Amino acid sequence: KYIHIINKADMAASKGLKILVGCKRVIDYAVKVRVKPDRSGVVTEGVKHSMNPFDEIAVEEAVRMKEKKLAGEAVAISVGPPQSQETLRTALAMGIDRAIHVEIPLAQLEKLQPIHVSKLLAKVCESEKPDLVILGKQAIDDDCNQTGQMLAALLDWPQATFASKIEPSQDSKQLRVTREVDGGLETIDVSVPAVVTSDLRLNEPRYATLPNIMKAKKKPLAKMSPDQLGVDLQPRQEVISVEDPPVRKAGAKVESVEDLVGKLREKGLVK
Amino acid sequence: AEKRQIQELAFTFTQNEVAPHMQKWDAEHIFPVEMFTKAAALGFGAIYCKEEHGGSGLSRLDASLIFEAIATGCVTSSAYLSIHNMCAWMIDSTGTEEQRAKWLPQLAPMSRLASYCLTEPGSGSDAAALKTTAKSDGNYYVLNGSKAFISGAGATDLYLVMCRTGADGPKGISCVMVEKDTPGLSFGKIERKLGWNAQPTREVVFENCRVPKSNRLGPEGSGFGLAMRGLNGGRVNIASCSLGAAHASLLAAREYMAVRKQFGKQLAEFQALQFQLAEMAAQLVSSRLLVRQAAQSLDSGDPGAPAVCALAKLHATEQCFDVCNRALQLFGGYGYLLDFPVQQYLRDSRVNCILEGTNQVMRMLVARDIIGRLGDA
Repeated sequence: KYIHIINKADMAASKGLKILVGCKRVIDYAVKVRVKPDRSGVVTEGVKHSMNPFDEIAVEEAVRMKEKKLAGEAVAISVGPPQSQETLRTALAMGIDRAIHVEIPLAQLEKLQPIHVSKLLAKVCESEKPDLVILGKQAIDDDCNQTGQMLAALLDWPQATFASKIEPSQDSKQLRVTREVDGGLETIDVSVPAVVTSDLRLNEPRYATLPNIMKAKKKPLAKMSPDQLGVDLQPRQEVISVEDPPVRKAGAKVESVEDLVGKLREKGLVK
Repeated sequence: AEKRQIQELAFTFTQNEVAPHMQKWDAEHIFPVEMFTKAAALGFGAIYCKEEHGGSGLSRLDASLIFEAIATGCVTSSAYLSIHNMCAWMIDSTGTEEQRAKWLPQLAPMSRLASYCLTEPGSGSDAAALKTTAKSDGNYYVLNGSKAFISGAGATDLYLVMCRTGADGPKGISCVMVEKDTPGLSFGKIERKLGWNAQPTREVVFENCRVPKSNRLGPEGSGFGLAMRGLNGGRVNIASCSLGAAHASLLAAREYMAVRKQFGKQLAEFQALQFQLAEMAAQLVSSRLLVRQAAQSLDSGDPGAPAVCALAKLHATEQCFDVCNRALQLFGGYGYLLDFPVQQYLRDSRVNCILEGTNQVMRMLVARDIIGRLGDA
């Protein structure tokens, strides 16, 4: 029976961490998103999609750790519709070794929540046994910022979110992660296995190259279903409506501070 | 699916590294060598050369997708990239092992750049009448003559020169590679042009320029055929650049029409203007299909490919120039200002109807093909 114990020996001397990287297929950041006429959500059909930018950063970090020989194998995983395979191919073209696609049927896609995704990832971690999971800190479509934290809780692993730097700790037995928090930068040491979520300044993702795009075709891409993983996708939330933010109203210019205070009082914003 | 990835890579690269600089490169006449190095690092320097010496081993269709994408960010840069690719291919397909092993590793990463020299002051469309001579002198050729309108001249490192080693006519022409700094090689003034300002265009002058015979590509007398074979692909590539210009212009016009109001309505609400957009789309999409068909005919080794390439170049460059021109009109007065991009797409794509074989020569080639097939089913 394989018991997953991390050898606390020098990380640099071992054959490197095994990294699992999460990638989500989201509406491209440049698209002008439109609300569906029935207000049940936003228009996704025919709209340009791409890899969540924070996930691109996560993929880049995993590839860099491989190049620095901190990591041995990097595996990308995506939970989503059939088109998520394109997202995984992008990850493979950036230097990831192999990919896993947990395919979600269209009917359940709209109701998928971070709690479901983190349970699916947790199940995959049980079999893949990574030393490090790197996820984007949040997806730019729902901005939830939950999956990484939930995954760590489910696995009972330490978490280091909003990472702007990942390096071996001083004694090389842990990971030293610098986190971007409201008060500034916080540096913590985490033991592996751990979950880290990537923030904007962690790195600048590389372009895939033409040779790597062609090589990626041959890299393994395995498919799994939520049923196989034994995870129930029952929604816990119901979206009641999705609406445009209110149209911005015109402002007013004032001549002096007294005028400003007067106007604020008028509007009941200041006592 | 990989074609989509390749296309997306080209578009992303263009958005980040090309489009933001398009205006500046044109206004300040900057030849963006740094950008080319970055592009080559992705594999864009020798797209359809074999992988053995650093080429990307991809197809003419892949190349067309790439040049079209880059042209949406700067027609001129995409055009030079395509010329460099054409030269690299000529060496890759015809060169000896030594020549390929020497040059491809430098051309693929674009650490050395190439120019294609066929046209002369006295021979444009009548290319086979070229007069630059290459007289035999032991192990050397001595070149005398001049080439005109050479893209990249003075800034590039390797010149593929079609010159006369034998008798008059096409069969007396050979292709010789001349390295920059060879004594006897000099350049005319940088031409002042309507467009393609991000690229120097100059005369290339040979005065008793001694070039080792080992720099000849292919046997003596094969140069004209090689030049024409290079141009088949070159025509698909230039047509692809026109597609990019038209695509960007059409999108720009659409965006402007959604914003500009007159007579209380958005421009996009006027049927006459809507019909313009529809016609522009028909011009662009039909051109695109024809260009991609031509690319595929080259990839599949279709013996009829040269005629299809000529047809695609003829159609796409003319239709796409018209798309840019219509887009400029849709912008009204603003279209005429240099602050707005359509005028640059227009100016840059205008020469596509002229170089790599004028559209009149394209008509000659297509007509010859049609008439020559009289009697075919």
